[in-house]
Amino acid sequence: MTAALAEKDSVAAPPPATGAPAPPGRGTRTRRFRRERAFDDVPRWQIYLPLTLYLLFTLVPFYWMLLFALRPAGSTALVPWPLTGEHFGKVWHERSFGMFFQNSMTVGVATLVMTTGIALAGGYALARFEFRIKNAFMLALLCSQFIPGALMLVPLFEIFRNLQLINSLGSVIIAETVFQLPLSIILISGFIKNVPVSLEEAAWVDGCSRFRAFCAVVLPLLRPGLIAVGSFAFVHSWNHFLFALMFLSEQDKQTIPVGLNTLIGADSVDLGALAAGGVIAAVPVVIVFAFIQKWLITGFSAGAVKG
Amino acid sequence: MASAVARAPRAPGRRAGAPPRRLPYLLIAPAGLLMLGFIAYPVISVFYYSLRNYNVTKPWRDGFAGFDNFVRIFTDDPQFWTTLGFSARWVVVQVSLQLALGLVLALLVNQTFVGRGVARAMVFSPWAVSGVLTTTIWMLLYNPSTGISRYLADAGIGSYGTSVLSDTGTVFWAAVLAELWRGVPFFAILILADLQSVPKELYEAASVDGAGRARQFLHITLPHLRDAIVLATLLRGVWEFNNVDLLYTLTGGGPAGVTTTLPLYVANTGIEGHDFGYASALTTVAFVILLFCSILYLRLSKFGGDSK
Repeated sequence: MTAALAEKDSVAAPPPATGAPAPPGRGTRTRRFRRERAFDDVPRWQIYLPLTLYLLFTLVPFYWMLLFALRPAGSTALVPWPLTGEHFGKVWHERSFGMFFQNSMTVGVATLVMTTGIALAGGYALARFEFRIKNAFMLALLCSQFIPGALMLVPLFEIFRNLQLINSLGSVIIAETVFQLPLSIILISGFIKNVPVSLEEAAWVDGCSRFRAFCAVVLPLLRPGLIAVGSFAFVHSWNHFLFALMFLSEQDKQTIPVGLNTLIGADSVDLGALAAGGVIAAVPVVIVFAFIQKWLITGFSAGAVKG
Repeated sequence: MASAVARAPRAPGRRAGAPPRRLPYLLIAPAGLLMLGFIAYPVISVFYYSLRNYNVTKPWRDGFAGFDNFVRIFTDDPQFWTTLGFSARWVVVQVSLQLALGLVLALLVNQTFVGRGVARAMVFSPWAVSGVLTTTIWMLLYNPSTGISRYLADAGIGSYGTSVLSDTGTVFWAAVLAELWRGVPFFAILILADLQSVPKELYEAASVDGAGRARQFLHITLPHLRDAIVLATLLRGVWEFNNVDLLYTLTGGGPAGVTTTLPLYVANTGIEGHDFGYASALTTVAFVILLFCSILYLRLSKFGGDSK
């Protein structure tokens, strides 16, 4: 690629350098100008047509779920009218989605807090210190990305049974946190590296302890990174299904994905209730997603992922 | 402020001396201990159980089995080969389609046009949706009596009562479509992020030289994206191999077992069949296959090689 680039540069360079007589010079300049405009101006239909098609593919399924959730049972109208809340009332109370929602929230928030806190400590160590097992620790973090949670179910089940945590939300919170940690630590250490050490040193000179300097100087600058890592942790644990399915067998401990799975597997599927349950499952992550969406692109392109 | 002044005398020592030696270890201790207990220990115990007959419903057979489990996998278990084959097909089809569509989508929303912000938010939104919710949505769409097929039949396309999920001929592509819906945004987001770092001057220089959009894409955009694409496909491949949420809830591995992946087979053997020993051996084999394929892929794609 570099070779091709150099070649391009050398080809591109001569025209301005030669200077040349006025008329041809002006000629090349206008032609060049036109070509640059041509590059920028992709015909509108070439953007809007494929985009509209893809948007249909993305949005019709969402619409379909809303349609089933909001129209009366038995209706086949393609517009949810008259609107009804019957399905929501039914899943929330009769199918215990109120309780599932509370459990999912507990798991999500606890995972968010534990993951962010532990990852902050670990990420700070990786970003600011040189120590003997640093490379081994980094390698462990990367390797853990290849370990399938699904294939770890059996030994994890045994561990949690020995810890008396089966049927306790604690097991799911620990499991979600552990599998969320490696990526979070890598991301946060990237964000901390982007904060100049000199800022912290200035605070030390002013007499702050390392911890106070971190809280006062580094932490405020990490806000976008913390929001990204925290939302990942929340969305993942909110969505994750397998750990909750395997570790929580009592109904009053289950989470929303498990509740949805129960609705899906019922002998006669109540489509309205299923759709309403789906909407309840979607609302929190859609809100979080709308919130972090603009940080997603910049956060990744800041090079945090590539280290 | 007062306390800061009072502590001032300690500052010079900290500034001049080496950083505290034990602090980094204390900081990584919580993460390290959790990962040792809940990742490293399970991995080791899987290796250990893979060498044993360990079935909680048959305690009398409990004991060291040597490589018996592995011999059984390779010589006497047709289900291992069919599920492995399905997993491979699933991963290859998913990753290549997700990459192709994600790339197109990223290039599209990287253009400047009216409504770009809203369009981005909408096309990326399925990224945040879980496997079970994807199943919920697509079950509603695929439902033979009230799903899309009914309305298509009303319009004269196809026939009433088409059930794509219970037909062994269509179930694969029905599941592929549902997973694509959720999976494409991941690639689109990563590729779009990487597109931000392509120097604009390269395109200007190329268009001065008369290179068309197709050639600019082939010679500037693609080489620039190569490392990101290799990394994203690898992570996604591993993820698609391991992920069981969607297929478990959408098809349950059926009909007639045609959509059972290797991890689904492992979970069935270990959790429902209570045969922990054999499930552990299957897990070990899956590990080795994943590791081997990952290394091979990184080698073949010359990841982190000459470019950049």
